[in-house]
Amino acid sequence: MIGLLAAATEASINWHTVIFYVTALVACGFAVLVATTNNIVRMAFALIVCLAAASGLLFLAGAYFVGAMQLMIYVGGTVVLLIFGVMLTAQKAFITMQTKGGDWILGLLVGGTLLAILVQLAFLVPQWQSSDYQAKADMNLATYVDKLEQQLTEGQEITQPQRDELARLEILATDGMPQRTGEIGLALVGVRADQGTRPDEKGLAGYLLPFEIVSIHLLVVLVGAAFLARAKRHHAGGATR
Amino acid sequence: MGEYFAGWLPSGWDFLGYTLAAFVQAFLLVNVIALGAFVFIWAERKVSGRIQDRLGPTRTGGAFGWLQSLADGIKLLSKEDLMPKDADPILFRIAPYVSFAASFAAFMALPFASGWVALPLNIGLFFLIAVLGLEVFGVILAGYSSGSKWSLFGAMRQAAQVVSYEVPLGICVVVPLMICGTMDLVAIGDQQRGWFTNWLIFHDPFIFVVFWVYFTCAVASVNRAPFDLAEAESELVAGFLTEYSGMRWSLFFMAEYGSMILVSILAAILFFGGWNGPIPVFSSMMDAYPNYFGNCWWFTTFANVAGVLNILIKASVGVIAMMWIRWTFPRLRVDQVITMCLKYCVPIAAVCLLGVMFWTALGVPFLNDLVPAQDRSLVREEWLDEGDRRADRRIEMIEQKIATSQEGGVE
Repeated sequence: MIGLLAAATEASINWHTVIFYVTALVACGFAVLVATTNNIVRMAFALIVCLAAASGLLFLAGAYFVGAMQLMIYVGGTVVLLIFGVMLTAQKAFITMQTKGGDWILGLLVGGTLLAILVQLAFLVPQWQSSDYQAKADMNLATYVDKLEQQLTEGQEITQPQRDELARLEILATDGMPQRTGEIGLALVGVRADQGTRPDEKGLAGYLLPFEIVSIHLLVVLVGAAFLARAKRHHAGGATR
Repeated sequence: MGEYFAGWLPSGWDFLGYTLAAFVQAFLLVNVIALGAFVFIWAERKVSGRIQDRLGPTRTGGAFGWLQSLADGIKLLSKEDLMPKDADPILFRIAPYVSFAASFAAFMALPFASGWVALPLNIGLFFLIAVLGLEVFGVILAGYSSGSKWSLFGAMRQAAQVVSYEVPLGICVVVPLMICGTMDLVAIGDQQRGWFTNWLIFHDPFIFVVFWVYFTCAVASVNRAPFDLAEAESELVAGFLTEYSGMRWSLFFMAEYGSMILVSILAAILFFGGWNGPIPVFSSMMDAYPNYFGNCWWFTTFANVAGVLNILIKASVGVIAMMWIRWTFPRLRVDQVITMCLKYCVPIAAVCLLGVMFWTALGVPFLNDLVPAQDRSLVREEWLDEGDRRADRRIEMIEQKIATSQEGGVE
């Protein structure tokens, strides 16, 4: 506590990290709540907050498009569907679900195994353990600025390529490039903007084939759902006739 | 804005600047909703009065009764806060806040003038549509947790309606996105700069139709009459609002008015030029004297203030049109609401999407080309030249540093 206070007075806290921990704590806390609550609708509410906090984490990481996707698909779509399912199938007003002891053990076993695997995987990647990305980017920028300063004191002008290089380093040291959503769209239709320009280069094909397979699959599912819904009504009509 | 405040403070304390900026922006946005509700509730009373050949409020606060909303607010605050015995206490208390928070969150990414946006997102339009769909969750929670049949039926109707109307609404907002080639709302607004013929609604005849589909879907998605089945008072008492009173009820009401303002501002940005007025007063002066007016901070700020006025006027027209519809049309039945969505709005929007696509691809001239304007493809998202701006600032700083050190050396 005293250390925290000292850090606050020296203003050396990384506030980005603090907000990350708060959001992550909200996500984890409500995830635990989903598992422990008995009432289904309260569970759904906790799930929504959990998923929204996960979306907040993505926004914090600068992946705006993925964050908004998380809001749209998981928080918006799935949960509304979940509530429809709960409300249309519920026999009485407030359903409670008691989890049996055996289910708890089984769930903890499966969940714990998954968690163990994921934690181990996360610590296997050396870049994720301690990131020197920011320090390196700051250092690169500082050395380049020093170089430019020396050049200016000697009386030489800054050329356009040097100016572009400075702009690139500035971007790397501040935000990275969180806003480059267009490249995702280009990659989905088959152009990898981040993979170089030679056409024979590996990985340039993008994700056109998976994208097409997924969209055809969804179309088939939609047609199938419509067919099933209509077939049932036709059958009922035939029965009354 | 955050960087501006952070510049005042010593290094290491710049987080205070960002916090201050966040508070200022949150305060302004809350007031857009609160003052908007204040004004439009009064306007709704006056409009409905005039439509029904009455006067509406006339006494509270002067000749036009313009303090009527304040009187309503005081009445609501002093009401007893009731909760039914069968209600789920936690969810019943949380539901109004969920509804209001979703409505409020959408305002974060909504620009009010060129560059005046709390959270500059290059996927702003997508974010807005995603958040707009979350508001229904508060309504569902309210309906379920009230422990009353009327509430549950209202919530179910609302859920079905909002989920179905998301589809045509989504197709409609894709049309301006396709023409502009960006989801950044600031860029979409800036691309319509110039005379009113440059507004996107005059791009081709199909998008003109798309706007009316959008408006219908917007009215339905904010749950206003003739689509207000969720609170149909002739059948369901007050739908999901039946068991609510006082402050909690008014939070739902504020969320509803907030969404009305939101979809109207979105319509203004997507179809009616956003913060650009019908006659280009400021932008033509900036174009004529780029070195004087174009670079001058007070002139651009003044132009932006005029832009905020512009967009608020356009949004008010949209909101008042919604009131006009509400007090003119009878309420639809449930099956009519869904028929309207699936049999009319979706096919019309889909056909118009194809039409606009071919029109844009073939480059057929229309009203947009009457008055020459700047090329749309030249107006891009702001972050693209962020690096250049930072580099320019850095070089300026280096030059200043060298200049001061040289002066010191001369002395």
